[in-house]
Amino acid sequence: MGLVYSTGRRAASFAASFRDTCAFLGEAFGAMAGVAPRPRSFRFRDFALAFQRAAYEGLAITSGIGLLLGIILAFESAAALRTFGAEVYVSDLLTISLFRELGPLVTAIVLAGRSGSAFAAEIGVMKVDEELDALTTMGLPPVRFLVPPRVFAAVLAMPILTVCAELAGLAGGAGVLQIMGVPVPVFWAHVKGTSDLFMVGFGLFKSCIFGFLVGMIGCGAGLSTKQAADGVGVAATSAVVAGIVAIAVADGLLAVVCHVWGV
Amino acid sequence: MGDYIVELENVDAGYPGATILRDVSFSVSRGEVFALLGGSGCGKSTIMKHMIGLNPVLAGTLRVAGLEWGPRTRAELCRKIGVMYQSGALFGAMTCLENVMLPLEEFTSLKAAARREKAMALLADVELADAADKMPQEISGGMKKRVAIARAMALEPEVVFLDEPSAGLDPITSSALDDLILKLRRERRTTFVVVTHELASIFKIADRCAMFDKARGGMIALGAPAELRDRSPDAFVRRFFNRGGSNGK
Ligand SMILES: Nc1ncnc2c1ncn2[C@@H]1O[C@H](COP(=O)(O)OP(=O)(O)OP(=O)(O)O)[C@@H](O)[C@H]1O
Ligand SMILES: [Mg+2]
Repeated sequence: MGLVYSTGRRAASFAASFRDTCAFLGEAFGAMAGVAPRPRSFRFRDFALAFQRAAYEGLAITSGIGLLLGIILAFESAAALRTFGAEVYVSDLLTISLFRELGPLVTAIVLAGRSGSAFAAEIGVMKVDEELDALTTMGLPPVRFLVPPRVFAAVLAMPILTVCAELAGLAGGAGVLQIMGVPVPVFWAHVKGTSDLFMVGFGLFKSCIFGFLVGMIGCGAGLSTKQAADGVGVAATSAVVAGIVAIAVADGLLAVVCHVWGV
Repeated sequence: MGDYIVELENVDAGYPGATILRDVSFSVSRGEVFALLGGSGCGKSTIMKHMIGLNPVLAGTLRVAGLEWGPRTRAELCRKIGVMYQSGALFGAMTCLENVMLPLEEFTSLKAAARREKAMALLADVELADAADKMPQEISGGMKKRVAIARAMALEPEVVFLDEPSAGLDPITSSALDDLILKLRRERRTTFVVVTHELASIFKIADRCAMFDKARGGMIALGAPAELRDRSPDAFVRRFFNRGGSNGK
């Protein structure tokens, strides 16, 4: 009996959260689509603030991590390639891995940690303090009011941050190779030769998708904050965890798509 | 239908799975100041959340301005009501002035300067003009409530719901607030539904009141305060109104 009961309860709560998620997605997409016909309803100031926090204030950490990533990748791969006297191909490896994969991925993980959690906490506090109720009774649906500015900010911040991380990574790699005897102009020639517009563009497209996921998941987690002492903390944690999982899943799916298309 | 702005018929109030008040029926006339009374935790805020359309009633019908809350009527009804929450619920990311200006910004076509002027006038009404540029975290609980009242009034709603406006206020401010409510009622015929514990305030402003009790799970009295004090058949109700001695109207 107990098993049946607890299974039923779990199924019911899963169904309820699935329903809430669908409702949130529907409302959020509606709200974002509604910005185009009614630009006046867009909270530009919230957008500017969220963008500043995500992009401008995240620039240093993202570039720093990109730089370290470039240095580490260059060191590790140079150690292996040196045995063949092929250190110069480190630049090719670095270019492909940063532009295609690591640049967008690492930037998105940093964004999930910084902005995804911040969105969840901000909105979570508003929920606990009845601010969301106040919006509702003012006739301002919280999803319409809060979600589009933050999601757009995350989507727009991602490509900028990604480019910075990638350039910093390349600079780090160039430095390491310089020490190992590969001059910087040679490095850049290889970078230019290996990269193409599609590769860079696809990486940036991916980064926009990741930004969208981080923004939506952060806002969704904030809106479903529970009225409990640890509600906001739980919401912020789940925003980061779910954000990183979603990024990994999306990255995997995009890799499969690329493979099928043969690009 | 009568000229009722809020009507409850056999309403069960509570949350899904937890009925708190059963079979509540009363109506609030236009231009009336109506008080909701009862001990802490008896369900006053709960019933108010039904009236402002946050939670659907568990049973019975509830109408505001002749309409039931629903997806179709929500936008229209939200324009007719103003709400002050028990905690104030000011937007923490905006200054007090911006809080009051927000509804004006979203729902009127006033120019920025006119919005500002109107919001300042509203803040002056609650005697908080000097706190306009402070953030909500920088002002006291009572001040937050007064800013929230100014915000609730911004769009000149037909009915204003106030959850414990005078709790945490000193007697002078509290009495000034009562005067403000009476003035707005007189000038704009605004209806007020007020949750309050202050006997003095009830006798001063309330035309009628409804009293709830947790143990009995429903409404235990309905009528004018003085009448309930003198003639209620319920000894508990009479005792509640006589608590403050004879400071009648
Ligand atoms: N979200 C909720 N879910 C279930 N029960 C709730 C919820 N919120 C409040 N309650 C219960 O509803 C009852 C009434 O609460 P309510 O907030 O309406 O009281 P109140 O009359 O406003 O009290 P106070 O004067 O202290 O504000 C309480 O017993 C409380 O435990
Ligand atoms: Mg209450």
